[in-house]
Amino acid sequence: MSIDITKVESILAASGRGKGVLIPILQAVQNEFGYVPREAVDCVAETLDVFPVDIYGILTFYSQFYLEPRGRYTIRVCQGTACHVMGSKEVLDHFSRQLGIEDGGTTEDGVFSLERVACLGCCGMAPVVAVGEEFYGAVDMTKADELIATWRAKAEESE
Amino acid sequence: MSTEKKILICLGTSGIAAGGKAVLANFETHLAQAGKADEYRLVSVGDRGLFRDVLVDVIDGLGRTTYEHVRPEDVEDIVQTHIVGGELYAPRAAGADYHEFFASQTRIVLANCGEINPECIDEYCAAGGYAALQAAIFEPAHMLTDTVKASGLRGRGGGGFPTGVKWQFTADAPGEQKYIICNADEGDPGAFMDRAILEGDPHAVVEGMILAGLAVGATEGYIYCRAEYPLAIARLEVAIAQATERGMLGESILNTPKSFTLKIKAGAGAFVCGEETALIASIEGKRGNPVSKPPFPAQSGLWGCPTLINNVETFANVPPIVRNGAEWFAQYGTENSKGTKVFALAGKVKNTGLVEVPMGMTIRHLVDGPGGGMLVKRLPLKGVQLGGPSGGCLPASLLDTPVDYESITQTGAIMGSGGMVVMDTQSCMVDIARFFVEFTVAESCGKCTPCRVGLKRMLEILEDICSGQGTPAHLDFLSEMGETIKSMSLCGLGQTAPNPVLTTMKYYPEEYAAHVEDRECPAHVCAELVDFVVDDDKCIRCGACSRACPAEAVHWQKGQLAKIDSDRCIQCKACISACKFDAIR
Repeated sequence: MSIDITKVESILAASGRGKGVLIPILQAVQNEFGYVPREAVDCVAETLDVFPVDIYGILTFYSQFYLEPRGRYTIRVCQGTACHVMGSKEVLDHFSRQLGIEDGGTTEDGVFSLERVACLGCCGMAPVVAVGEEFYGAVDMTKADELIATWRAKAEESE
Repeated sequence: MSTEKKILICLGTSGIAAGGKAVLANFETHLAQAGKADEYRLVSVGDRGLFRDVLVDVIDGLGRTTYEHVRPEDVEDIVQTHIVGGELYAPRAAGADYHEFFASQTRIVLANCGEINPECIDEYCAAGGYAALQAAIFEPAHMLTDTVKASGLRGRGGGGFPTGVKWQFTADAPGEQKYIICNADEGDPGAFMDRAILEGDPHAVVEGMILAGLAVGATEGYIYCRAEYPLAIARLEVAIAQATERGMLGESILNTPKSFTLKIKAGAGAFVCGEETALIASIEGKRGNPVSKPPFPAQSGLWGCPTLINNVETFANVPPIVRNGAEWFAQYGTENSKGTKVFALAGKVKNTGLVEVPMGMTIRHLVDGPGGGMLVKRLPLKGVQLGGPSGGCLPASLLDTPVDYESITQTGAIMGSGGMVVMDTQSCMVDIARFFVEFTVAESCGKCTPCRVGLKRMLEILEDICSGQGTPAHLDFLSEMGETIKSMSLCGLGQTAPNPVLTTMKYYPEEYAAHVEDRECPAHVCAELVDFVVDDDKCIRCGACSRACPAEAVHWQKGQLAKIDSDRCIQCKACISACKFDAIR
């Protein structure tokens, strides 16, 4: 899949060349494409005069970067301590079963990606699940099914 | 302005998740319809630290009335009964629980959270904000450091290093360019005080950093905030813009020759970046690998320059200390741990939320007081997990341990950032240990062999124990490996990662023994050790298990004992969670 490389070029043009710019640039690239495409890595490496391997070193170190396209909505199931004690493992397993994907995977229709996260910082609402930017508290298996249905409907609506 | 009538609506991450924006919109509509829009000012405030869906405070002739669990559809009734009718709207009035939660706290850093509009610098100033800066800027820089030193403030991020001493080191370090960094990479699962402060009172952190800049002679600062906190980042951006506009930040602060600029760096998801040298590497645009100390960041930090790193809560303590004096602050707390600490109380307690108490309170006080006791009365407290993945689990017998740095360290746990997760008899301590090691294995940067390989071996053993493959020899291996990793790792992550295993082994030996000798999980958590059978004596034939089962494996008919079909059972434990009578083993 080829990408619109001019978008990467304009991100590079808008960014400074000073110290510590690499991670913000990669974050901007990911915001644009939803992941960091290989062509973008090559383009950034050439412009900033660094080796692509150093960029991959960073991309694979930080859990927020993706090297593959993601689903339209990312379901993030919190696995923090409070959520764990309140049964979040079962919730994650349930999402995994219902969507037919493992942690980190994307559904075939491209609607959902599933992700476990360390802590979303809303421990009072445990177990917490975030779909896109929306947060949901006290999620159990029934509520998980509802969330899948609601967001799938939303995806179909906007198509 | 006691006569001003206003309505406060909590709109932090939790408040928004519970539908707070719709509540706000409905207030706007219904106040306008009732012709009261000019009389009452609507203020969106940060989360107050107690999760009660949407909290709304009405301040008017009736005094201060708090409503909890407010749904968008309740707003019309509140407006009609309270605002128009002048009477309390009883169905949503906050109960005794709510008031007790706050009554037993001493709020210094959380004082403004849930009280002022975090996106309005005037409200922060009206609450005493930036007064410290206005006073301190005309005084010699060392006075600020002296005040912080005299207050006895210690780092709230976990280490507990005396803050004033750190400031002194940075101030004394030679170098033209120095930096201030705020560690807002709150990664401990189970801690969320920094998020609440950043969302509820961002100006306090900004002011604390400016004061630190003046004290050590730094002109640039960075706030390294985890990207999982988008609202906190947005509110910090607003605060920085407002403070710059008012001349509190930027060139020539308050028309003096002093300057200080602030930038936000969004983290990219790596727990180890909470470690200060890894955090610096990350700001520099590199992989977040820790490096050995010394040199400490105070001597050689960001881009080789002297750098002061404190965490969010530490910086938020600075303005009140400078405003009210070191003695005022030192009246709170114990001999060696001054002031207050914010704890994130979560898990199986009635009230989960942020609790700020003077240091030296006992854990029991926190759980029974603000916590309101256990969530389910028939399930007693089994343990309290302190300090996240670096901390440890304390049993019920140690509940009278005071919360101060030294007392907690003595138990084998650490204060850490203040996460406090309460567990009842439904939690398995071996599973909890496995859970934390799973986390640290995933988050280890991989630089040191003991941490990278040793933790992985520990996890494999713990997984074996949880699945019934454990042997008594495994337990010896765990303690030996744990001690090795602690003594041979470079950074705080590895040095503390075995703590959850070592403390649970120390305080719950019988539970480990049950797993390896009897192949039993007393808490019925480890799925492979659970038989999934229904106990005839305990079952009241209610059918809750059957309804909860996603695999249609629980057969039940009205008035009959439920039966679990082991061929269909996927061991998800939905039935165990659903059963209120412990009837499934």
